[in-house]
Amino acid sequence: MRLGAWTETVSRKVAAIRFSELQIRTQYLLHVLTVTAAVGLTGSAASASDADRGALVYKKCRACHELGAGAKNGVGPHLDGLFGRTAGTLEGFKYSSALKKKGEEGLVWDETSLDAYLEKPRGFVPGTRMSFLGLKKAEDRADLITYLKQSTEAAPSDEANAPETDARPEIGAAAMALEGDIAYGEYLATECVTCHQTSGRADGIPSIVGWPKDAFIRALFEYKVNLRTNQVMQNMTVNMGNEEIAALAAYYGSLEPQ
Amino acid sequence: MTKLTRRSFGLLAGAGAATLAMPFYARAAGKPRAVVIGGGAGGATAARYLAKDGGDDLDVTLIEANSTYTTCFFSNLYIGGYRSYESITHSYDKLASNYGITVVNGMAAMVDRDAKEVIMADGSKVPYDRLVVAPGIDLIYDSVQGYSEEAAQIMPHSWKAGPQTQLLKSKLDALENGQNIVMVAPPNPYRCPPGPYERVSMFAHVLNEKGFTDSKIFVIDPKPKFSKQALFQEGWNKHYAGMIEWYGPDVHGGIVGVDPSTGEVETDLDTFQGDLVNVIPAQKAGMIAQKAGLTNDSGFCPIDPKSMRSQNDENIFVIGDACIAGDMPKSGFSANSQAKVAAMAIRGDLTGSRVFPAKYSNTCWSLIETNDGVKVGAQYAPTEEKIASTSKFISQTGEDTALRQQTYEESVGWYNGITADIFGA
Repeated sequence: MRLGAWTETVSRKVAAIRFSELQIRTQYLLHVLTVTAAVGLTGSAASASDADRGALVYKKCRACHELGAGAKNGVGPHLDGLFGRTAGTLEGFKYSSALKKKGEEGLVWDETSLDAYLEKPRGFVPGTRMSFLGLKKAEDRADLITYLKQSTEAAPSDEANAPETDARPEIGAAAMALEGDIAYGEYLATECVTCHQTSGRADGIPSIVGWPKDAFIRALFEYKVNLRTNQVMQNMTVNMGNEEIAALAAYYGSLEPQ
Repeated sequence: MTKLTRRSFGLLAGAGAATLAMPFYARAAGKPRAVVIGGGAGGATAARYLAKDGGDDLDVTLIEANSTYTTCFFSNLYIGGYRSYESITHSYDKLASNYGITVVNGMAAMVDRDAKEVIMADGSKVPYDRLVVAPGIDLIYDSVQGYSEEAAQIMPHSWKAGPQTQLLKSKLDALENGQNIVMVAPPNPYRCPPGPYERVSMFAHVLNEKGFTDSKIFVIDPKPKFSKQALFQEGWNKHYAGMIEWYGPDVHGGIVGVDPSTGEVETDLDTFQGDLVNVIPAQKAGMIAQKAGLTNDSGFCPIDPKSMRSQNDENIFVIGDACIAGDMPKSGFSANSQAKVAAMAIRGDLTGSRVFPAKYSNTCWSLIETNDGVKVGAQYAPTEEKIASTSKFISQTGEDTALRQQTYEESVGWYNGITADIFGA
């Protein structure tokens, strides 16, 4: 389809976007190396390849979840000991009240419940803070669950939560070193709250309430330098400096999810 | 709670209120009073932030003629059959019960700026120390020859959400195959720049779903171009090929007038006939702004870009569609953004609280077809002259369907967030 004067830049822009997407995806995957132990893949040949595929699916989860020996809570709870655990009960993690309630009502994580949750988290647990749309393909979910079953047996770290500074290559280090001004953050957040609700609800836009400070700061810098692509977020962060980002991290981190 | 306000600091220091120096207006008889006229995206947000952040230091009153508020934003999605009317209609109950705002359900008729009182239609008076005027727009019916408030019952504008929106929806749903729609689009400046074209998309979606291949939609536009034009035209060609015809002034040569009795829209080029005619006339600030002497020749209200304070009265702030906001479009998002700056300035005036440099933002999402959403937005900061854009973005033609779906889903998340921010959670 050709629309004359309005499309003379389309093919150029589309090509540019596709190239930069490739760059961004590569850089982002390199950037979010998690501290995970080497995963031992045991079992039969058939389940080994399921688990391999599952490990690939798991890449979508690594930005928020850790597993393996020494795993800690971050944006999301660590997943060690997941199978058989009552939902919303991991020590030291700020769950949404919706998920805690499900746990109180008897939700335990196993193959069946995880399959339902991972298909559409917000459908299975309305009010969850987990900002993930879901895995549509049953095979992806099955492979992921196989991988998780094999990878979540290890002992987690003694510290419940990720330390303030960790070993990752640091983007936003200067902001992380600052003591964020919560009142300034609250003021700046007036621009954010229409999308990122202070209640912590995620209705199509990720929840950012109660995040560890470093993860929050890292995310904003990733938008700022175009590692993560979202036009609204790039626009929001382009004029933010270290003070502003530290202030926002302090403010949103101080909120309790509802 | 980690928030440290002057009030809590004073309590911590063991000091009573009297020891905190207040070098601005202090009422002998009670707390300083902030009054808001208009309970829409701007006014309700201003009232909520004044009450939420001012706490016990401020007396906040919200004056609104309607008992509920139907959002103009997302009203097109109701027209398109994606949302129910109830889901876009909100009550003021939480503002009253959770924030201690006095909600006055009535019409403000006049503002006595010398006495600093709002005079209600029933004659009662609401005194203020600071006033927020957020009346939205009024329609200039006779900007389209043959159009009037009465004619709007036959040819709805539906540019104020509520019964007009329901009327438009019922007329749309009553159409049969082969019957046409004509829209007369508005001239600049008007509220919601992409709104008419999202609405055209929603009309087309409904007709398409019903298989009405013989029906057409004619858009007669006084403007040579419109917001997100490339994106809409790409979408219309993709989803509704052949159904929508957009006529700019170069082609139609000028809008002569409309005839509600025949459904005709006459232009220099030709006369278009519609079984549904949606006329969106020119607009101006809501009447109370004009009556209060806050408007200029443009029909809208000049303000100080750094605070939203009226240029005509230092005790009055004008926000939302009624004000002249520089590069910011007239949108619910903008009104909500401006309300927060105004509330911060008023609290600074009345309670001495911290006032940060003003920042504003806006994002407008439009739905073209199911899961095909686009957006445009910007950040703004005040200059001496106006509120100016500092950075912006817009969706691109040729984006993949996954991104367009994500854009739509973002808008759904935003709607929940902003209505919680306006009406309380």
